[in-house]
Amino acid sequence: MPLDPVKQVTGRAVFVPGADIDTDRIIPARFMKCVTFDGLGEFAFYDVRFDDKGNKTDHPLNDPRFEGANILLTGVNFGCGSSREHAPQSLRKFGFDAVIAESFAEIFFGNATTLAMPCVTASAADIAALRDAVAADPTVEITIDVEALEVRAPSGLAIPVQMPESARDALVSGRWDPIQELLDNDAAVQARAKELHYV
Amino acid sequence: MGKSLFQKVWDAHAVGTLADGRTQLLIGTHLIHEVTSPQAFGMLRDLGLGVKFPERTFATVDHIVPTIDQDAPQDPLAADMMTALRKNADDFGITYFDLASGKQGIVHVVGPEQGITQPGTTIACGDSHTATHGAFGAIAFGIGTTQVRDVLASQTLALGALKVRRIEVNGDLRPGVYAKDVILHIIRLLGAKGGIGYAYEYAGDVFGRMSMEERMTVCNMSIEGGARCGYVNPDAKTVAYLKGRPYVDMDDFDATAARWLSFASDADAEYDDVVTIDAADIEPSVTWGISPDHGISINETIPDPATAENPEQKAVIDEALAYMKLPAGTPVKGIEIDVAFIGSCTNGRLSDFREVARHIKGRRVAPGVKAIAVPGSQIVAAQCEQEGLPEIFRAAGFEWRGAGCSMCLAMNPDKLIGDQLCASSSNRNFKGRQGSPTGRTILMSPVMVAAAAIEGRVADAREVFGISAGSAVA
Ligand code: SF4
Repeated sequence: MPLDPVKQVTGRAVFVPGADIDTDRIIPARFMKCVTFDGLGEFAFYDVRFDDKGNKTDHPLNDPRFEGANILLTGVNFGCGSSREHAPQSLRKFGFDAVIAESFAEIFFGNATTLAMPCVTASAADIAALRDAVAADPTVEITIDVEALEVRAPSGLAIPVQMPESARDALVSGRWDPIQELLDNDAAVQARAKELHYV
Repeated sequence: MGKSLFQKVWDAHAVGTLADGRTQLLIGTHLIHEVTSPQAFGMLRDLGLGVKFPERTFATVDHIVPTIDQDAPQDPLAADMMTALRKNADDFGITYFDLASGKQGIVHVVGPEQGITQPGTTIACGDSHTATHGAFGAIAFGIGTTQVRDVLASQTLALGALKVRRIEVNGDLRPGVYAKDVILHIIRLLGAKGGIGYAYEYAGDVFGRMSMEERMTVCNMSIEGGARCGYVNPDAKTVAYLKGRPYVDMDDFDATAARWLSFASDADAEYDDVVTIDAADIEPSVTWGISPDHGISINETIPDPATAENPEQKAVIDEALAYMKLPAGTPVKGIEIDVAFIGSCTNGRLSDFREVARHIKGRRVAPGVKAIAVPGSQIVAAQCEQEGLPEIFRAAGFEWRGAGCSMCLAMNPDKLIGDQLCASSSNRNFKGRQGSPTGRTILMSPVMVAAAAIEGRVADAREVFGISAGSAVA
């Protein structure tokens, strides 16, 4: 199963402020009543994008200047809480190709990587600099260089970002979905299983 | 140098190292439910793959089950999810504890109850509270739907190793302090992110003395502290709990038990971190905000942003209090509640209902408070019935419901309305968690929920129920 390498993501970014944005906020549980992931995009951040009467709020994702942004900029511990893959799936379907945050919750990070959606971390100051750059000019296109672990803007702004080496390598070498490799090792799996009394 | 349980279980299940440096880990036991599995089966079908070890995969239905008329969801989407699970279980030959089995329930209640959860095993489930099973000395963690696909197809996962933090709680818990208070205290101390990258090993006097059900309450909330899994080393209590359960092999049980116990951490095991807590410092705890680490003891005041240590902390408190609509700097005791919920995979087991029943007997829920009690499984429900507990709950003004996740995350009809405030024995107080985008949650132990229900406001169960030294259990 050859997969496309993800070496860089270029596009416009939108800043969604907040710490500990949990997966319930990214996709409220009531939208998880589905048997496929199709159609989840429109419900991303639903409860903060719409008020209780269904009117659009002033959430950044409703701001026309950031429409079509494909890079999400955010704060600390993004994606904490429930393990629901509906969260990264809804962001992906909403149109995001990458997330830059101060830190990520682990399960979210893993889920996103397997969807070829790089999640890189940057310092609070660097995220603030990016936030200011896109606020000043929402049309500016930034590039997340996954190979070099750097985010660049045409202004010359270049900030270092981090990502665990295993995830970086998986993305740039087109191995972000491990299924084939897992299946290839079946003989070793069977052998291991035989040694375990309960399997 | 010795090994921790985590290392022993990891080593016993490691198949090899993958090209990206991660470990391919054999998952001995795979639990699935209706919310996170249908898409995984869809992916399997798209790829033309089958289920590698169907006899090691167990299904139940919990999140979307109505707690009144369990098998008749009015919601067509919920009905679709039930139908999909039935079909997937049938198509792939998977054991399914369905509503008619008498064994259905929250997946983290069902696994231990059936004896599927065992020491020294690896357990995965598309659900972040899978750490619950760590109470038995298993390495158990929540996974995403694509990983559910991976386990179905290959019975393995690609994983990076975790560090291990030993959390020792020593000494005696005060009367009226429960397992829930212990874990809320730990999360408050170490933070909601404190456990990222770690497995938590809960050790010391307090966990040693806890019943298996109490250990499950603690391990359950590991993820609220950021840890992907948490465990207690198996001991005689673990063995006694499992003995004779349906999925425990009783041929040569002594050898099985010895093997289980051999997974316990060695006395000279090395840890990446050790935290020590004095049991006497733990008070009955409640949350005041929108993250499980927003915890305080019942006699403390709600934080005041004006006294925050730094701007970040101030912003967190501001946001939480704006959502919770609670006054800064005032006692948490006395806050009026609208709803009381006892249930969930954290606190929906027999011992939880027994303990509450003991205290609410002869008392009444305050007027205007909606109080519901939801057993974690059909078996828990039957056990409670045998002991006459539903009558006690009903006489006190609680609604006694059928088994499921219910108002823990409200994917079924049990939901908060508007900005109702709920005293809840569940595990998450996130914004909108209990079904209303503006609904509010205060987490606490089941006995504290009962006290709040009876008083109509957040209360100290020790005062309400006269709990003092001598009257307490564990
Ligand atoms: S009871 Fe709550 S936390 Fe537990 S599995 Fe159900 S929804 Fe998840």
